[in-house]
Amino acid sequence: MSGALDRRLLRESSAARSHLRVAVVLGLASAALTLAQAVLLAHLIERAALHHATLAALQPELIALLAVLLGRAAVSGAFELSGRLGAERTISELRGRLARQLLILRPLGLGKGARTGELATAAVQGVDALEDYFAGYLPQLVLAALVPIAVLGWTVTIDPIAAGILALTVPVLICFMVLIGKGARAQARKRWQALSLLSAHFLDVVRGLPTLRAYRREHAQSEILAEVGERYRATTMATLRVAFLSALVLELCAMIGTALVAATIGVQLVDGALGLGAGLTVLLLAPELYGPLRGVGQQFHASNDGTAAAERIFAVLEQPPVIAPGRRSRAAHVPDPAREALALRDVSFSYPDRPSGALAHIDLELAPGEITALTGPSGAGKSTIAALAMRLADPSAGVLSCGGVDLRDLDVARWREQIAWVPQKAQLFAGTIAENIALGAPRADQERIAWAAQAAGAHEFIQALPQGMRTRVGEAGRRLSAGQRQRIALARAFLRDARLLVLDEPTANLDDANVEQIGDSLARLAAGRTTLLIVHHPALAQHADHLVRVAAGRLLAEAEPIAPQALPA
Amino acid sequence: MALSVLLSAGATGAAIALLATSGYLISRAAQRPQILALMVTIVAVRAFGLSRAALRYGERLASHDLALRQLARLRVRFYARLVPLLPGAFRRDGGDLLARFVADVDTLSDLYLRTLIPAIAALVVIAGASLAAWLILPASGGAVLGTLALSALALPWLSARVAQRSGRRQAAVRARLLGELVETIDGAAELVMCDRGEDRVRQLQDSDAELSRLVRADALAASLATFLGGALSAVGLLVVLVLGIDAVHSGALSGVLLAALAFLLLASYEGVAPLPAAARALRGCAAAARRLQEIGAQRHLVQDLADPLVPHGGGTLAADAVSLRYGPEEPWVFRDFALSLSPGEHVALVGPSGAGKSSLAELLVRFRDPDAGSVTLDGIDVREISQEQLRRAVLLCDQDAHLFNTTIRENLLIARPAASEQELLQALRVVELSGLLADLPDGLDTVIAADGATLSGGQRQRVALARALLSDARFLILDEATSHLDAQLAHRVLRGVFSQRPGRGVLLITHDLQLAEACERTLRLAPSSPLIGPSGLLNV
Repeated sequence: MSGALDRRLLRESSAARSHLRVAVVLGLASAALTLAQAVLLAHLIERAALHHATLAALQPELIALLAVLLGRAAVSGAFELSGRLGAERTISELRGRLARQLLILRPLGLGKGARTGELATAAVQGVDALEDYFAGYLPQLVLAALVPIAVLGWTVTIDPIAAGILALTVPVLICFMVLIGKGARAQARKRWQALSLLSAHFLDVVRGLPTLRAYRREHAQSEILAEVGERYRATTMATLRVAFLSALVLELCAMIGTALVAATIGVQLVDGALGLGAGLTVLLLAPELYGPLRGVGQQFHASNDGTAAAERIFAVLEQPPVIAPGRRSRAAHVPDPAREALALRDVSFSYPDRPSGALAHIDLELAPGEITALTGPSGAGKSTIAALAMRLADPSAGVLSCGGVDLRDLDVARWREQIAWVPQKAQLFAGTIAENIALGAPRADQERIAWAAQAAGAHEFIQALPQGMRTRVGEAGRRLSAGQRQRIALARAFLRDARLLVLDEPTANLDDANVEQIGDSLARLAAGRTTLLIVHHPALAQHADHLVRVAAGRLLAEAEPIAPQALPA
Repeated sequence: MALSVLLSAGATGAAIALLATSGYLISRAAQRPQILALMVTIVAVRAFGLSRAALRYGERLASHDLALRQLARLRVRFYARLVPLLPGAFRRDGGDLLARFVADVDTLSDLYLRTLIPAIAALVVIAGASLAAWLILPASGGAVLGTLALSALALPWLSARVAQRSGRRQAAVRARLLGELVETIDGAAELVMCDRGEDRVRQLQDSDAELSRLVRADALAASLATFLGGALSAVGLLVVLVLGIDAVHSGALSGVLLAALAFLLLASYEGVAPLPAAARALRGCAAAARRLQEIGAQRHLVQDLADPLVPHGGGTLAADAVSLRYGPEEPWVFRDFALSLSPGEHVALVGPSGAGKSSLAELLVRFRDPDAGSVTLDGIDVREISQEQLRRAVLLCDQDAHLFNTTIRENLLIARPAASEQELLQALRVVELSGLLADLPDGLDTVIAADGATLSGGQRQRVALARALLSDARFLILDEATSHLDAQLAHRVLRGVFSQRPGRGVLLITHDLQLAEACERTLRLAPSSPLIGPSGLLNV
C-alpha cells in the first residue's frame, strides 16, 4: 500500500508530514472507539435480551455507549478538519515555494509547452482535490492499517476460532488489495487516462470548430463524436467488467468472512462455548475489519487526483535554479554599463529542459553608449544573450563582465537596477495604466509618467480611454491590444532612466507607421546609454551602430559598424 | 437507470439483511435451540452475503454504462448547440471558456452516477428498513424512519449549505490569487528586473494568508457538519435501543429480535452515507447545467434561409458598403467599406491593429453578418446562399487556424477527404515543409501534439496553409496566415500559393506592407475610432 501514499508529497512538504502524524493519532483513537462500541453494544443486548434487564439498570452502559458513539462522530469530524487544514497548509506551503522559485531562483518563465493557466489553477484550485486526498483517502489508509490489527487482537482474546477465520480471510483480502494495487490499479489508471483523452479530444474538436466550419466539416464531426463515444463506452465496459471483478471478490471475501463468523459463533453459542455478549462483539467487529480495507480501494481516485496538483507544482520546483548563488567576495563597486563595456567571453548556456535558445562559445562586446543590434531566426539564442546580460540566468561556461568585473560577483539587485528591459511580449499587471508604467520606478510622479507615455507613443490611446491613466488593466481590467501593451512597456523603459537598455523586438506588434514613430523615440531613449536591441524590423535596425547575426547559438559575424543598405530585407 | 437503482438498493438491502439476520441468528443461538432450527437462518445469512456482493457488482456495471452513454449523448447534443456560435460567441481568448464548456458537459454526465442513483437507492433503503423495523417492533418503526430521514435530508442539506457558503466566500480570494499567480508566472522576469520580486512574494503571501483564514473557518464548519451527522446516528441508535430494551423488558419484543433491530439500524446508515456527497455533486451539476443553458440560449449570428439560392460560379466575391459593430451601443468598427475580389486576382488588405481586418474576413465567409451593406458572391447576397455553398466557394485560413491533435495527414484531409498522397505531398512542398516531413520518423502520419511540442508556430501555420491549398474553394482569404514566418519565407510561400492554382482569387490580410506588395492591388482598412475597440474584442 505504501506505493499509494505519495512519498514525494511527504518527503517534500512538512505540512503533509505533520498532517500524517495527526491522522495516525486520530486513527488510533478511532480503532479504540470501534472496539469500545462493539463491546458496549454487545453487552447491552446480552443483558437486555437474555436477562431482561430494565432501562434503569442499563443506564450507565447506555450513557457510556452514547459517549462512545459521540466520540466516533468527533473523530470523523476531526479527520475532516485536519484533512482540510492539512490540504490547505500543504498547498499554501507549495505556493510559497513556487513564488520563490519563479521570482528568485528561476525568473525565466516556464519555457515552451508549459501552461501558465494549468499551473496557476493547480496551485489554487488543487486544494479541492487535495482535500479529498487528505480528508478521504489518507484517513482510510491509516484506518486500514490500524483497525484490522486492533480488531484481530481483540477477537483473539474472546473467540480464537472466529479470529482464526478472520485472520485467514485477511491475507486473501490483502492479496486482492495487492491485485488492485497492481492490475486493477493499472486498469483504473488506463481508464482514467482514456477518459481524459476523450475529454481532450472533445476539447480539441470544440477549439477547432471555426476551422471545421470553414471546411464545412462541422456536421461530419458530430457523427464522429457519437462514434468515438460509443466505441469508448464499449471498450471501457469490457475493462470495467474485469476491473470490478476484483472489487467483487473483495466484497465476497468480506461477506463470506462475516457469514462464516456468524455461523461459527452460532454453533459455539449452541454448544455453550461462548457467551452471547462475546459472540455479538465479534459479529459487530467483523464488518469493521473489512470496512477500511474496502474503503481504500474505493478512494483510489482521490489519491490519484489529489496529488496531481502537487505533482504539477513539483515539476516546476524541480527545475534547477539558473542564477549562480552569491559568491563569498562581493565587488563593492558596481560598474556602470553606460561607460564601461559589457563583454561576453566564450559564453555557453543551455536550458536544462529545452533545446532552443542555447548558446555556444559566444564572444561579444557591447560598446558603451552605443546600440548593438542582434538579428537571426527565432530560437537562435538572441533572447538568451539578453537574459544573461540581465542576469536572469548565469552562463554554464564562460564569463560576462562589465568594466572587468565578473557579473556573478555583483549583487543581483544592484546590477539589474541599472537596466531597463522591453520584452517581446510585455506583461500587464492588475492595476491602473499609470501603475503599470511606474512598475520600475514606483516613486515617479504623475507628470513624469505622462511624459514617459508621450515619449513611448502611448499617450494618444491612453487619452482616448474614458478613464485615461486611471484605466484598470490586467486580469479583470480592460484588454489592450499587443501593440498597446508594447507601448506601455516602452513607457516603463523611458521612466526607468537606466544605464543599459535591453529591447527585445520592441516593435514586433506594431504597424509600419508606428514603427517609424517609435524608432525615433527609441533613438532618443538610447542616447547616452548602452543598448542591446533584438530586432527583425529593418526600419529599427537602421538606428543600430553594430549589427550581429546569431544563428543556432553562435555569432555569424563579429560586431561591426553597418551601413543601412547592408540590412537584410 | 431503474436497473441501477434497483441493484444499488438491493445491494444495501442485502447488507442490512445480512447484519440483521446475523444478529438474530446469534441471539437465537444463545438460547441453545437445536442446531437444525438455526440452519434456515444460517443459509439466509450466507445468501444475503453473496447476493450483496453480486448486486453491488451489477450495480456498478449498470451505472457506469449509463454514465458513459449519457456522456456520449450529452457531448453530441451540446456540440450541436455550439456549432453555430463559434467563432463569435467566444472570441480570441475564449480558450478557458471552451475548457469550462467541456468540463461542464463532463460534470453533467455524472448526474446519474453520483446524484440520482444514490438518492433513489437511499429512499428505497429507508422505506425498507423502516418497514422491517415496524414489523419487528411497531414503536421502533417511527424512530428508524425518523433517524434515517433526518440523516438523508438534513445532513445533505447542511453539507451542501456549508460547501456553498465556503465556495462563495472563497471564490473572490481564489480568483484574485489565481490572477496574481498567472501574472507572476508570465511576468516573473519583468517583476524581477523592476526589483519588484520581493514585493510580489509578499503580495502573494498576503492573499495566501487571507485564503487560509477563510479555509480554516470553512473547515471548522464542514467538520462540525460531519460531527453532527455522526451524533444524529448515535442518538437514533440510542432511541431505538431504549425502545427495544423497554419492549423486551415488558415482553412486547422477543429478546432474540433486539440484536436484529439494533443491527438493522446500524447497517442502514450505509445506505444514506453517500447522500451528502450526492447533494454537493447535485449542486455542481446544477451550476454546470445553468452555464450550458446560457450558451445554448445565445443568439445565432447567422442563419440559413429555408430555400437558399445556389451561386452560379465564375463571378466575384464582393463587399458592398459594409459596416460593422459588435453591438447596438458599441462604436463602429468600420463603416461603408467596399471590396471586390475576382477569380485569379490577388488583393492585399492592410490596416492598423484594431481596424477590424479579421472581422471583415469573418463577414466574407459569413461567420457573422454586417450591420449595414452586404457581401455578395456571384452577385447574390450571401445571406440568400446556404453557408455550405458559400464556404464551398470561399475559404478562410487565419492566423491561428486550428490543427487537430492527430496526424498531419488527417489534418490535411479535412480540406479534401479524397485527396491522394501525391496531392498532400505537393501541398506540403509549396509551403516548403518537404524537408521537415523527411525528418519526421512517421512522415505524414506524425501526430501533431496539441501543446506544440512537435511543430513550431511557423511550421504549424504552414501545415494550415497546405491544408487550405488542398481545398477546392474559388476564393482564399489568408488572415495573417504567415505571421509566424520570417519575411523571405513568407514571400516564397505566398508566391507558391498564388501560382499553385492561378484561377483562385486570394485576399491577403496582413499588417506587413512589404508582404502586401506581392499582390496586384492593396486596400487599406482604416479604423473608425483610433485603435480602440470594445473591451475584449480587439483584434491584434
